[in-house]
Amino acid sequence: MRHGFRLSQFKENVQENLPLHGENGVATETRANDFVVFDHVQKSYDGVSLVVKDLNLTIAKGEFLTMLGPSGSGKTTCLMMLAGFETATNGEIRLDGRNINLVPPHKRGIGMVFQNYALFPHMTVGENLSFPLEVRGMGKDEREAKVKRALDMVQMYSFINRRPAQLSGGQQQRIALARALVFDPSLVLMDEPLGALDKQLREHMQFEIKHLHESLGITVVYVTHDQGEALTMSDRVAVFNDGKIQQLAPPADLYERPENSFVAQFIGENNKLPGVIEELSEGKALVRLATGELIDATPVNVTAKGQKTLVSIRPERVEFKPEMMPPGAHMIGAEVIEVIYMGDILRARLKVAGSDDFVMKMRNTLGQTKLSPGETIRIGWHPQDARALEPM
Amino acid sequence: MKKILTLSTALTAVAFAAQADVTVMSWGGAYSQSQLEAYAKPYTAQTGVKVNMVDADNPATPVKAMVEASNVTVDVADVEYADAIRLCDEGMLETIDPAMLPAAPDGTPATEDFLPGALTDCAVSTIVFSTVFAYDTSKFPEGPKSIADFFDLEKFPGKRAMRKGAKANLEMALMADGVPAADVYATLETPEGLDRAFAMLDKIKKDTIWWEAGAQPPQLLADGEVAMTTAYNGRIFAAAVAENKPFQVVWDGQVLEYDLFVIPKGAPNLEEAKKFVAFATDTQRLADQAKWISYGPARKSSGPLVGLYQDGKTEMGPHMPTSAENLTNALPSSYEFWVDRDSELNERFNAWLAAN
Amino acid sequence: MTDVPPLLTTADGRPLKAALASAQGRARRKAFYLVAPLLLFVVFSFILPIGQMLHRSIYHDGFSSTAPNLSAWFAANPSGTEPDEAAFAALAADLAEMKKNKTAGEAATRINYTVSATRSLFTATARKADKLQPPFKEALLAEDAKWGEPVIWQAMRAASNPYTTDFYLIATDRARGADGGIEQVPENERIYLWLFGKTFILSGLITFICLILAFPIAHLLATLPMAKSNLLMILVLLPFWTSLLVRTTSWIVLLQGQGVVNNILVSLGMIGEDGRITMIYNQTGTIIVMTHILLPFMVLPLYSVMRTIKPSYARAARSLGATSWTTFRRIYLPQTLPGIGAGALLVFILAVGYYITPALVGGADGQLISNLIQFHMSKSNWSLAAALSGMLLVGVLLLYWLYDRLVGIDKLKLG
Ligand SMILES: Nc1ncnc2c1ncn2[C@@H]1O[C@H](COP(=O)(O)OP(=O)(O)OP(=O)(O)O)[C@@H](O)[C@H]1O
Ligand SMILES: [Mg+2]
Repeated sequence: MRHGFRLSQFKENVQENLPLHGENGVATETRANDFVVFDHVQKSYDGVSLVVKDLNLTIAKGEFLTMLGPSGSGKTTCLMMLAGFETATNGEIRLDGRNINLVPPHKRGIGMVFQNYALFPHMTVGENLSFPLEVRGMGKDEREAKVKRALDMVQMYSFINRRPAQLSGGQQQRIALARALVFDPSLVLMDEPLGALDKQLREHMQFEIKHLHESLGITVVYVTHDQGEALTMSDRVAVFNDGKIQQLAPPADLYERPENSFVAQFIGENNKLPGVIEELSEGKALVRLATGELIDATPVNVTAKGQKTLVSIRPERVEFKPEMMPPGAHMIGAEVIEVIYMGDILRARLKVAGSDDFVMKMRNTLGQTKLSPGETIRIGWHPQDARALEPM
Repeated sequence: MKKILTLSTALTAVAFAAQADVTVMSWGGAYSQSQLEAYAKPYTAQTGVKVNMVDADNPATPVKAMVEASNVTVDVADVEYADAIRLCDEGMLETIDPAMLPAAPDGTPATEDFLPGALTDCAVSTIVFSTVFAYDTSKFPEGPKSIADFFDLEKFPGKRAMRKGAKANLEMALMADGVPAADVYATLETPEGLDRAFAMLDKIKKDTIWWEAGAQPPQLLADGEVAMTTAYNGRIFAAAVAENKPFQVVWDGQVLEYDLFVIPKGAPNLEEAKKFVAFATDTQRLADQAKWISYGPARKSSGPLVGLYQDGKTEMGPHMPTSAENLTNALPSSYEFWVDRDSELNERFNAWLAAN
Repeated sequence: MTDVPPLLTTADGRPLKAALASAQGRARRKAFYLVAPLLLFVVFSFILPIGQMLHRSIYHDGFSSTAPNLSAWFAANPSGTEPDEAAFAALAADLAEMKKNKTAGEAATRINYTVSATRSLFTATARKADKLQPPFKEALLAEDAKWGEPVIWQAMRAASNPYTTDFYLIATDRARGADGGIEQVPENERIYLWLFGKTFILSGLITFICLILAFPIAHLLATLPMAKSNLLMILVLLPFWTSLLVRTTSWIVLLQGQGVVNNILVSLGMIGEDGRITMIYNQTGTIIVMTHILLPFMVLPLYSVMRTIKPSYARAARSLGATSWTTFRRIYLPQTLPGIGAGALLVFILAVGYYITPALVGGADGQLISNLIQFHMSKSNWSLAAALSGMLLVGVLLLYWLYDRLVGIDKLKLG
């Protein structure tokens, strides 16, 4: 009986939440080139809590979309629903205009690369690649040709008779990639495919994947929690947190124009200064900090004077030389706590507005001014580099 | 400290050995019980020597293994005739001089008082038991009367149980096939006779369960697993009289045998063992045993002393395999035959049993 | 210019190869000392007894040691020599010796293994041996005409050598004929080869049933959440924790004619009162009970292998276009092979050697070869029991070899 009770309670929740999400949700009118569509998709594993909360997402044909987010934010779950290994609790997933909620995974024709590669250990590389072709009833000659082409693509043809256990991590990764592509799927899903590789190899593989994506014209949905990876590879990035997409935007927008404080914090390094809106005019805001100082910012999701806000500024956009500042811009006092030498840049930690975790990055150029701890300076920024966000 | 401990243990062991329990190995169930009551308890009462009873499916088997391994732990064993002869031939038993056995109350020496063949070089008979068949009266109110009925599934449908072994089964099969008791062994000596016996067994083979321990057949009857079973007559008697089970013994075609006491070579308490055997096989003791189980005493002088069953009302006479009315069609088992043919016929029996 | 590569040396100038060898030698010696106790244990508790058993299967001195005179005569006179007066005199002397030492039974037992119904010939004649007077041939023949039969003499000649293949002949349903040639025993006495076959077939069947039953159970165990799988595991292991006899007895209670299963079937009206099914005291009983007892030995290796198979393999296969059946057949099943192999080998070998269960619930047609081995042991016919065991051992080793050829022993995974 207890089970029944929980289930009905859960259903109520869904109904309650629906209109709310309708208001907040991204517009989802289907466009012609929308290849993959998540339409008000919700997912719960236990009937108590939602792991994916009202997901609306459209992916265009040929696009490279990355799902980025902290652990447990529901990225894999979304991917599994798309691949057909999990069913959406509510809502609809469409592939090429067709509702695929009830289509079993093997009929979806989606290529998939797993985090741990999932190469079949009892088969050779060649057999692994041949497998998807065999189950499609392809003839031997055709199979061999396709396997060769796919292996050549990742420069692994000479390994065709090895077993997965005899390959290095990077080599296995390439085979997994080749296997996901060998049967010419138009959509490929990758769940943290480079997670187990070292930095160098990862960067190399990022390049290769991107290259394959471009040359084959396939659609890729890519999951990672490495933001660098997301930013370098993707056409668009969907930042996940707590089962919701926080922002869906091209990498540059994401970095430079985060729409909420979560994204601002999650993508790259950011300084945060809490304050109150003092003045709000067309595209410009003046914010008063707790210490009474005034700073410039661009309003993003603040609407009224007197509202609390969190101003975020990238460390590399902070200036301390007055001659670099636009006319009329405000500057505030800061005390140098320490300066860390990092090779290409110098990183200074400053005490600003009472808290000492403000970071400023300076290029390590020949004539760069040397700051020393204890020194007091004045810092400032271009108004468009500081974003006044609603505090979390 | 440790030394003292060891020493005291050794001393206790010596004290123990001096007191010398007698260990008797027998067949278990009602039979061992009767030996305990009739022999062991009075012996302990008289001499103070404790008697341990241990059970085996067939004591001859462990005795042989113990003697071969030179690790004998029993002093006296209760075995069948053929085994007594064989073990004796192989030098595995102590010889028992009949002179050490007590004479009958009227002075008749033991050698004359025991039934013919009851004394051998190494063994003293205690009882005459018989393999009979018995049935459940609630299943057959108009019960089977002859050994032929046991093999007649049409007249008396239902499962059968027999001992898993050649002995007694082959004899009974031939008697059921109409061979007079006197000719049974002569017939079995011939290949045709043997085939005839097996052909008879074939008739009931698929409906037969094979038992190994003497306690099993009354259990199988009681559980309703079988309608009829061969059994040692005393076991059926014990179940029918002591436990009021509706079991009836059919004496027709019974196979009589002696059971004997032997002393294995290397028995730990040889002197005590001899004293116990002498005590247990005197006239009164053998007569007393019939109070507890329906096996006939192996001494002539014990016959008249047999009285009532321990319940005080059942007359033992009609339940004895040796009583005249039960002997109309009875066969004394031939040890000469079985000593010689035991392994060959059991081999054949096993082959027959395993074949479909 | 030479092509000889420079000799590599360690920092202190020793040749690299020698240094490596001594370093490895040290490690190897250490390893040996560690396993030495186990090695000794195995030698004493396993290799020696098995060697002794195999020795017994070809060695029986019951006659040769008790009949030294006759053995000497056989040694001096080649096979085929008519027994002369000297032979009979030797026989008489041996019989007298047997009477004195009470060894006639022992000698008779040995001869009786090859020629039946000769036991009393020895024991009866030995009893009167010291009264025999020359000429011994007449005297012995007068005692029993059987002493003149060539079969007896042939058997005695064979038995005068303690090393013999007789027991292997018996174990393969063969015997020496009157002319000394080897022939099959009469059809109604043939049992061993047939029973070997039956044992192997039944064991195979039991192994197969175990596999069919264990596979889903092991899969469940490997995939269920911990709490549930632990409970299930306890149920699977329960048979291990109850004594064999208790288990077997419970099966008797369940399966017998008046047992629980039949009673339920009757009360449900599925069978009539006289249509009670015989499920015990026959082959069916042996199969049911042995399957139950051996099931854990199949479940455990399967489980331990399945636990290591990541669900992502199946997902990968599905995403590549395989149906769930193809995924099972091509991806899952091959990866469980080491477990299947180990479980099957374990169950099969255990089944082949089982005797308590068939003895208790097997009735007549549910007996296996081990029951006969046990039977001969109980009759103290150690040599025949050893010969049968030896053949069983060879059969199992053969199977092991076959397994190695087909699957590879290195693929065995026991847990
Ligand atoms: N099979 C499952 N049953 C129950 N809960 C699950 C299951 N799979 C995932 N979850 C829960 O759903 C939430 C989202 O999981 P998901 O695997 O989608 O996260 P993720 O974003 O991929 O995280 P990561 O970056 O660590 O891989 C987590 O809280 C997780 O505990
Ligand atoms: Mg994940």
